[in-house]
Amino acid sequence: MRPEVVAAMMLVFTEHFGNASSIHWFGQHAKSLIDDARQHVAKLINAETAEIVFVSGGTEADNLAIRGIAESQKTKGRHIITSQIEHHAVLHTCKDLEKQGYEVTWLPVSRDGLVDAEDVRRAIRNDTILITIMHANNEVGTVQAITEIGKIASDADVYFHSDGVQATGKIPVDVKALGVDLYSISAHKIHGPKGVGALFVKKGTTLKPTMTGGGHERNRRSGTENVAGIVGFGEAARLAREGLINEMPHVRALRDRLESGLKSQIEFIHVNGENAPRLPNTTNLMVDYAEGEGLVISLDLKGVAVSTGSACSSGSLEPSHVLTAIGKTPDEAHGSLRLSLSSMTTEEDIDYVVGVLPGIIERLRELSPYYKKV
Amino acid sequence: MAYSEKLLDYFQNPRCVGEIADADAVAQVSNPVCGDVMKLWVKVNDGHIQDARFKAQGCSAAIATSSYATEMLIGMNVADARLITKEQIADALGGLPASKIHCSVLASDAIKQVLKGF
Repeated sequence: MRPEVVAAMMLVFTEHFGNASSIHWFGQHAKSLIDDARQHVAKLINAETAEIVFVSGGTEADNLAIRGIAESQKTKGRHIITSQIEHHAVLHTCKDLEKQGYEVTWLPVSRDGLVDAEDVRRAIRNDTILITIMHANNEVGTVQAITEIGKIASDADVYFHSDGVQATGKIPVDVKALGVDLYSISAHKIHGPKGVGALFVKKGTTLKPTMTGGGHERNRRSGTENVAGIVGFGEAARLAREGLINEMPHVRALRDRLESGLKSQIEFIHVNGENAPRLPNTTNLMVDYAEGEGLVISLDLKGVAVSTGSACSSGSLEPSHVLTAIGKTPDEAHGSLRLSLSSMTTEEDIDYVVGVLPGIIERLRELSPYYKKV
Repeated sequence: MAYSEKLLDYFQNPRCVGEIADADAVAQVSNPVCGDVMKLWVKVNDGHIQDARFKAQGCSAAIATSSYATEMLIGMNVADARLITKEQIADALGGLPASKIHCSVLASDAIKQVLKGF
């Protein structure tokens, strides 16, 4: 978390601990803090404040959007369109709806991880009630043509949700220009606290709440507000908006330096999604003749925290569904490595990774019975 | 995943890596699901394993267990070596989650296969 975020939250814990639903002055003060936070979050994605519903995180935002529409529109139809590379919060929610009698079309993606907007158009039926396509992918970082899909959804009069958890704060987001009806965001992805997020719900959208109770958040999401979390989220959103201009170009330059540094020193290495629009802060590498979990552990021992889509690191022992969807075999996914940067990453950090990773890969390749035989 | 120091040591500094040019037997086993692979070379003399070397591509547990098992083999008699189990290898390195034993400990299968002809 950013220090400013921690400071803003600390004030809530120590001084402004009122319940925002109470009418006494410290309750009302807490409410005004939430109102401020709502403005910052709304501004970050160019929404109206009344269109921001605070929830417990990206997963709840996705659930509220998808289940909320599925439930409110079920008399109109039971068909949902999504992609094969969605985050598990969308994927498993849609799978659950399939079990409840909804029909889901799982659109394929190109080798660079892109959904073809024409596929979306072709998949729309009379009973289609929702299209849910993520803005940017969490593993490969490819950015989908949301504006184009938004236009198609609007022409067909179908609700359009986009999971913007990865995109928000990394690239400019304008929910009006994107043409989305629902958009999920998460605080901790923009250096805010964990356990808080928001769903943008366009004015006039009919959504059945998943959480019922005291009618908080304009009846969209009941439950006493997580005031400290929301205040931290607001501060993080304010800083993220500044960061889009002040920091992200630098992050992109660092990411490019990392990729070119690694590609110049290591053979048999590829960047996934290289030919598609991508987020500035991630790189997903495919390393032949080495296995991802071993790379992750080796880097961890050198103080670098990264992740992999290799089956060997997942609880299910199956390779990443995203890498499978972009056409990678389990063998290829075996050697995948995802590195994420942030505004806090420095040039020294990048040079350190470019310095140690080639040796780590070479060592693992020396152990491989496949290496140098090809 | 929290690996033991011993396992990390065998991963970072694997023993018995390499090939044996005049090996008496070679075996390669792999896990088709995750892609891990281990290749094992042995020299056998008079019912005893004189020398063993391995190569592996896989996660840190796969590499560490392959190395540990190969080291263990040297000096053993063939009959005893055939009895080595996945659990025994995993336990010696501080243990692994059950699912991980199944997928990453290729060595016991490699040993059984390489000793088939003896």
